[in-house]
Amino acid sequence: MKRKLLSYLEKDPFLTADELAIMLDESPESVKAALEEFRDEGVILGSKTLINWDKTDKESVSALIELKTIPQRDRGFDAIAERICNFDEVKSVFLMSGAYDLAVTVECRTMRDVANFVAEHLATIDGVTSTATHFIMQKYKDWGISFDRKPLDLRGNSW
Amino acid sequence: MYDYNKALSSRAVSLQPSGIRKFFDILDTMKDVVSLTVGQPDFVTPWHIRDAGIRSLEEGRTYYTSNAGLAEFREEIAAYASRRFGLEYDPKCEIIVTVGGSEAIDLAVRALVDDGDEVIIPQPSFVCYAPLVSMSGGVPVIVELKKENGFRLTAEQLSAAITPRTKALVLPFPNNPTGSVMDRDSLEAVAAVLRGTNIAVISDEIYAELTYGTKHVSIASVDGMRERTVVVNGFSKAYAMTGWRLGYTLAPREISAQMHKIHQYGIMCAPTISQYAAIEALKNGDDDIEYMRGEYDGRRRLTVDGLNRAGLKCSLPQGAFYVFADITCCGMGSDEFCEKLLKEAGVAIVPGTAFGSCGEGYARISYAYSAAHIKEALRRISAFTAEHKK
Repeated sequence: MKRKLLSYLEKDPFLTADELAIMLDESPESVKAALEEFRDEGVILGSKTLINWDKTDKESVSALIELKTIPQRDRGFDAIAERICNFDEVKSVFLMSGAYDLAVTVECRTMRDVANFVAEHLATIDGVTSTATHFIMQKYKDWGISFDRKPLDLRGNSW
Repeated sequence: MYDYNKALSSRAVSLQPSGIRKFFDILDTMKDVVSLTVGQPDFVTPWHIRDAGIRSLEEGRTYYTSNAGLAEFREEIAAYASRRFGLEYDPKCEIIVTVGGSEAIDLAVRALVDDGDEVIIPQPSFVCYAPLVSMSGGVPVIVELKKENGFRLTAEQLSAAITPRTKALVLPFPNNPTGSVMDRDSLEAVAAVLRGTNIAVISDEIYAELTYGTKHVSIASVDGMRERTVVVNGFSKAYAMTGWRLGYTLAPREISAQMHKIHQYGIMCAPTISQYAAIEALKNGDDDIEYMRGEYDGRRRLTVDGLNRAGLKCSLPQGAFYVFADITCCGMGSDEFCEKLLKEAGVAIVPGTAFGSCGEGYARISYAYSAAHIKEALRRISAFTAEHKK
């Protein structure tokens, strides 16, 4: 039941515990308990609304920044990664295999803001040896959701 | 003046147009309607399957296949039927790939039925059986499935319907619109009646992959039934491939040989692109089925719970993606209830009478929609019944 609960909730965060209980044929109490456990254990981290800001008048620029770092004794990449996570401008931080260590996505108002953020806040972190900034030109799909998706029901009324 | 009365086939003219058409016509003119009417998955065909279809086009595979379908495809179908349902069929002469399950049903009827032959058809059920039997010159004999039997066909009902002219039995399970399934015991009971007869079975198993909690059992796997059974299945419901129009029959070579001729003259072969896409579905589509079944399962419970709360009594369906709900709480017949619900509450559901006159007092509610869509429909239905409840 727990696996299914997560799968339903991942698709539709608006489902209430009572609705999930019905869908899973479980008691509302057990679903609530499972949800609490998932939150406590950090399995369920939160839910957000995916917004295509390009369709609004809000200015926003995203960039993917490759960071090369020197891992610290005992803590490896964790300390640097956690430090980077603290910035509100930072939307994601991944440790990568391959040519660089951390992939960081950043969202700012303008390109200049991104450049300043990288120069002042990322490049200056102890242990960061180099940065490479790639501006994101267009988003086609994010969080598993296509940006051009048409919500129309195209099904014909036959049966 | 050209006289169409003389021109047209009396068999065609006597066919009743689908009663639901009028209802859909109203639906088409309305805005802001939350519809729970469709009989097809809300999932788009999984991309890897679509991609296989596209690749077949890129490679220029735009020719007819052999009449029965690509040999490789039939071998995959044989392997699938064995793996999923324990059915063994020879891909060389016992499998025919058809244009949807509908053609498969038509082939079976035409291969089995002569003028005046009776075909037993349980109802409520999908709309095509009786018209296809009539077009073959046969006589549809309707058996009305009962709610108290869980809308399953019982041995007693079957026995009572059999006459010396009975040629075949249509077995439409998992059932559209009731969602009922025939478990092995129910099938054994039906088989016991058929065993001493020469009656064939047309087993429409298009919803075989959509059962919840129980595994589908085909009557062809019951002792003494394979020799008389045409299993009809396809890709529409299991793999969300309705628009690809692809089904197949599994039947003993003697019956298949007759169906093959009819298919050859009437259809030639099923679309080649669809066949290549479906090979991919059979090879790598098990997870897709599993995922979709899991989604339907949750929505099924959500729908049943909401309908019961709204006073539309229904039990948990075990297969397909429909709930067959009792709508008598408002003192209206099926057609009136559905029309009022559509006009006043903006929710479209299908009157049970569309599936046979014994569907009076019921409506079919499809849960092949997102949970959010279903919740909105249930909210509207609930407000409607609160106002009209008697």
